[in-house]
Amino acid sequence: MNALNSLMDGFGTALTPLNLLWAAVGVLLGTAIGVLPGIGPAMAVALLLPVTYGLEPTGAFIMFAGIYYGAMFGGSTTSILLNTPGESAAVVAAMEGNPMAKAGRGAQALAAAAIGHFAGGMVGTVLLVALAPAVADLAVDIGAPDYFAIMVLAFIAVTSVLGSSRIRGMASLLIGLTIGLVGLDRMTGQQRLTFGSLQLADGVDVVIVAVGLFAIGEALWVAAHLRRRPPDPIPVGRPWLGRADVRRTWKSWARGPFIGFPFGAIPAGGAEIPTFLSYVTEKRLSKHQDEWGKGAIEGVAGPESAASASAAGTLVSMLTLGLPTTAVAAVMLAAFQQYGIQPGPLLFEREPDLVWGLIASLFVGMVLLLALNLPLAPVWAKLLRIPRPYLYAGIMFFAAVGAYAVGGEVIDLVILLIIGLIGFGMRRYGLPVLPAVIGVILGPAAEQQLRRALQISDGSVTGLVNTPFSVIVYAVVALLLAWPLVRGALPRRNPRT
Amino acid sequence: MTTPTPPPTPPSASTTTTSTSTDKTPAPASERRSWLRDHSELGVCVLLLALGVLVLTDALTMDVDITQRGPVGPRTVPLGVGTGLLVVAALLAVDVLRGGRGQAGTGEDIDLSEPADWRTVVLLAGVFLGTAVLIEPLGFPIAGALLFWGAAFALGSRRFDRDPLIAAVVSFVTYAVFNNLLGVPLPGGPLMGVL
Repeated sequence: MNALNSLMDGFGTALTPLNLLWAAVGVLLGTAIGVLPGIGPAMAVALLLPVTYGLEPTGAFIMFAGIYYGAMFGGSTTSILLNTPGESAAVVAAMEGNPMAKAGRGAQALAAAAIGHFAGGMVGTVLLVALAPAVADLAVDIGAPDYFAIMVLAFIAVTSVLGSSRIRGMASLLIGLTIGLVGLDRMTGQQRLTFGSLQLADGVDVVIVAVGLFAIGEALWVAAHLRRRPPDPIPVGRPWLGRADVRRTWKSWARGPFIGFPFGAIPAGGAEIPTFLSYVTEKRLSKHQDEWGKGAIEGVAGPESAASASAAGTLVSMLTLGLPTTAVAAVMLAAFQQYGIQPGPLLFEREPDLVWGLIASLFVGMVLLLALNLPLAPVWAKLLRIPRPYLYAGIMFFAAVGAYAVGGEVIDLVILLIIGLIGFGMRRYGLPVLPAVIGVILGPAAEQQLRRALQISDGSVTGLVNTPFSVIVYAVVALLLAWPLVRGALPRRNPRT
Repeated sequence: MTTPTPPPTPPSASTTTTSTSTDKTPAPASERRSWLRDHSELGVCVLLLALGVLVLTDALTMDVDITQRGPVGPRTVPLGVGTGLLVVAALLAVDVLRGGRGQAGTGEDIDLSEPADWRTVVLLAGVFLGTAVLIEPLGFPIAGALLFWGAAFALGSRRFDRDPLIAAVVSFVTYAVFNNLLGVPLPGGPLMGVL
């Protein structure tokens, strides 16, 4: 009830002409940049961070929400029309969507994806409204040991659930934690890893790390392996769905959110797992078994709906606990920190206008996304033909703008390049990028909570596990760590049948 | 989705196999070179090791007596992170020697079947560094245009009529939008002083 009132206030914020404009700009920019090959949602948000430096926080986050959803939708357009998805969440969209486009049903595939995004986002955001205040209320009383436990969970989950190699994930996390150590110690003012440099005493800005790892690292890596002939996108008309298609897909749209949302809220890699689960579910339930692999529309509708809902789930943990579960959430958290706002249970009390304005703008953004993207799809498809030298030159260019705009310091550009080269090396040797970013963002906060908790307990390690909540979280951590052993001991089941 | 993946033919591995098969005389020196190239990931271990040593040295040489309050000082976490780096470096080395390989990143425009094009990477990094040097004396509009053009050139675009024009338009529009519209100051440089 209370949440509904707050939401109404939020709509009051979101529907002011200026904020409506930011939402529309965000959706359009996000989709355009997400459609561009090689740019995933995380890079899109990182590159667009400087655009919001001049805005007040509410407008900035309303725009970010639009960028997030727009970029996710744009990514699925790319995989349907190009069949070479750059980011893992869009892989599933290519599996059925691309065969559909090849068979001349690209318009239907795009429509199924767009409406799937709309449905998933709507259901996901309703769940967000219903759950987030409750989670925040529960979390208001949690203390330093609990926070530290949550952050340990984030570290372990991001290194062991994602990617193919835990040891490489751990290496990436430690690189991030090391970067996070640079600067003055927050509690004592002690210099750490600054080597006497004044510029390093402020620490390395999270925005520079995110832009360096996501944008410069990616541009350099692509430059080393640029395809001589970029793949030809499949031309497409205005998306539409026939009655028969709607009858086939509406259940998939409805099922997707309930798979996507929970996975978004926990640190399990965002949209990657739920899209795949939704794909498998839809395949099992489909009445058109012969079409799978050749372009079954349910295989686009379900996973896209799940992906969109998982984005809403991500926001639950990000807003209520300050826990980023995906790369985009990590970059958004960095943006919150830029404004000096700490997401967490108190955010709903301290910044109700901001939070509820943001949530209301998600609904607005979803409607805008659907209204704009159906007619604009042919335009987006043209973006896929952009000459690659311009595309990656543009990424380098905007990365430089972003890094320089942080503080107007030349040294930041040099640090950006160095971090970009680290990102290049990480891509070359299969070190996932996300753990490093999470390490930089959460590392300093985790250290503070750890020291606070140990201060209260006067140095006794038991002070870290003296609440039921923290014990439960550590149990989950232990389970995650032991999972490969458990799975190895279980009899092997064939997941494909 | 499983732990140590079998080598998914990283780019350098494919080149080494072709180069060793063309010259059929496996001299010990070239054999060692190809072994090193196959195990170039060990370089990551060396870097992690060096980073770990650096973090530990920094933590141990820290003067904490005056500032320390409470049981846990500014040293504890760096010590943990440094130790972690050493452990991970060792574990990764074991994994690489046992045949584990990191999976190189993929994407829309990435073709891993060709060997890495180092010239482009060095050129791009050089162009970017040049921009960092030039941004204050020349101002953002000119330095940014040079960055865009230089990067496009490095990536293989050779349209000398179109490239500079696009670069200039992108850079000036960005400057105007950020500096004048969004209120994010960027240095105008001598050109903006003239205009």
